[in-house]
Amino acid sequence: MSEVSEHLIEIRDLNYSRGHRHIFKDLNVQIPRGQVTAIMGPSGTGKTTLLRLITRQLIPDSGCILVEGIDISTLNQKALYKLRRRFGMLFQNGALLTDISVFENVAFPLREHTRLPNRLIRHIVLTKLHAVGLRGAADMMPTELSGGMARRVALARAMVMDPDILIYDEPFVGLDPISMGVIVRLVRKMNDALGISSILVSHDVQEIATVADCSFLISGGKVAASGSPDELVNTRSELVRQFMHGMADGPVPFHFSAPNYAEQLLGRDAE
Amino acid sequence: MQQTRSVEIGTGLFVLLGLAALFFLTTQTTGSASFSDDEAYSVTARFENVGSLTDRAPVAMSGVTIGRVTSVEFDPVRLDAEVTFEIDSRFDQIPEDSDASILTSGLLGSQYIGLQAGGSDIPLAEGSEIQFTQSAIVIENLISKYLFKNNSDSNSE
Amino acid sequence: MIRDLWYTFTDFLQTFGKLQLFFVRLILNSPSVLLQRGGLVIKQIYNAGALSLAIIMVSGLFVGGVLGLQGFSILSKFNAEDSIGTFAAFSLLKELGPVITALLFAGRAGTALASEIGLMKATDQLSAMEMMAIDPLQRVLVPRFLGGVISMPMLAAVFSVIGLFGAHIVGVNMLGVDQGAFWQQLQATLDMSDVYEGIFKSVVFGIVASLLAVWEGYNAIPTAEGVGRATTRTVVITAIAVLILDFMITALFLE
Repeated sequence: MSEVSEHLIEIRDLNYSRGHRHIFKDLNVQIPRGQVTAIMGPSGTGKTTLLRLITRQLIPDSGCILVEGIDISTLNQKALYKLRRRFGMLFQNGALLTDISVFENVAFPLREHTRLPNRLIRHIVLTKLHAVGLRGAADMMPTELSGGMARRVALARAMVMDPDILIYDEPFVGLDPISMGVIVRLVRKMNDALGISSILVSHDVQEIATVADCSFLISGGKVAASGSPDELVNTRSELVRQFMHGMADGPVPFHFSAPNYAEQLLGRDAE
Repeated sequence: MQQTRSVEIGTGLFVLLGLAALFFLTTQTTGSASFSDDEAYSVTARFENVGSLTDRAPVAMSGVTIGRVTSVEFDPVRLDAEVTFEIDSRFDQIPEDSDASILTSGLLGSQYIGLQAGGSDIPLAEGSEIQFTQSAIVIENLISKYLFKNNSDSNSE
Repeated sequence: MIRDLWYTFTDFLQTFGKLQLFFVRLILNSPSVLLQRGGLVIKQIYNAGALSLAIIMVSGLFVGGVLGLQGFSILSKFNAEDSIGTFAAFSLLKELGPVITALLFAGRAGTALASEIGLMKATDQLSAMEMMAIDPLQRVLVPRFLGGVISMPMLAAVFSVIGLFGAHIVGVNMLGVDQGAFWQQLQATLDMSDVYEGIFKSVVFGIVASLLAVWEGYNAIPTAEGVGRATTRTVVITAIAVLILDFMITALFLE
């Protein structure tokens, strides 16, 4: 904390592979403070993996990840947990605990980490639920919620400890347009009203364009492009254009690598 | 709240039932509980042959169990078996010259020590030795005796 | 070929070593969980124990009844029907009680544990806890492990007692063995060490069955298929482990 580094999170020369597949090769990313940063990329480029590396749910093969100048790979469990309390993370499907109610889900971190009296906990939880518009669902069980509602509850839970950094893993996947709009608004609102930094992983170009201040496009284990969403849309790089405009064929080929089509149909590949 | 309450009641019932079952197993299925070390005195007896008598075999008088065998050992000097057994201290008026024999309960049953009261006024006490003993009946010996009418051996000391 | 075998062998050793370390972590975390999260443990005793009670009692009653019938048919050949109580008690307390309870536990509670934990993993609930700086080991795994460990000896004892009751119904009430003889023979032959052997077995089986269920769930591949496979593996591995351990403990107590 002594030295305030320029970037909130800095990833230097990160390498990570799963089995024989290299997911990241010498990846360098700088995530600025106080903004909504989007990490984009085609499915399977390891965006979620990157989030898990940043929060040290996974450990990189080499390279380092600095959060406010501290290399997180050096932390022991206690220090790591202390750091993680400053993170709020929203998982793809909410990841609400299915055996307790919505209210208890939001209260969960408070009950675990603080000794606040019940009345105060109730007050905080209802405030947070109100902020995501679900105060009325406090007594429901997570299984009774729709996908969009579950994600909003998860957002309330992620915020309940007043984190400095909110991480969203694919917040827009599988939502109807209305819920999507709600989430987009909430992301922006949380970031600006609470003065926190947001990191958002997604491949929904439209939503990112409306919500993100800056964005990184990852492809083939490296950063293919970075800049504001507008800059990316108007870029000349073919790969970026293909992704941003959703073209079926381009540098990312439509066909998965396969033997010659004609030869395979004629049965010559057996030889 | 109602749900937690029923969980807690269910758990309480289950644990009570489990403990009751454990208590039943430890107290009701074993007979040895009626003898404990501090309420018994031990007595020894020597037998030429103990058959298959083992530790914990009952010691009975008139068919009622009054004690338990605590050890069966071979004496390398006198070349016989020394059996130590405990008798419940409630029975402290057993004559010192009583005799002990190794008997079998039922056809397949295990062996036990039967005491036959003598006529002495001095009772058995801690550390006494019973002088008159009768060894276990070994079926092979019995058969050979019957076959060869060989009466020269006596089993008693 | 030999190389493959060697790799299989070292893989096995590695998994086994990981399992031991996992076990040590569960044990080390147990005291604080018992002190600070007693409510969670109670809930798991309910899930693993109280909810298994019905299947345990029904099975115990019928196993005891079968022992009564079989015992009678064998023992009556030697005119020793009176020993039917001894026969049933020996079988139940030393073998069938702990072993069948462990197998039923693996099927009823073990699978539930493994699939629940696997599902929590598949739906990121465990990662979410990690991210909230809450150790899933403390919140999820240890309470479930302890719930199983505490429940098993009680379930086994209930099984044995109900089984004796079943043997009593068949032997005394149906086949006419003298009730006094039933109990007297039983009490005369059974020794405290026999009872302890049964309790010891059920404690060991409780630890092993709970450990394996929690382990399989925690290491499940986080997909629907992976969770299903973990559930199956729980039953198979627990059954094998329990039977092997049963042999070893029996041999140990023989002396």
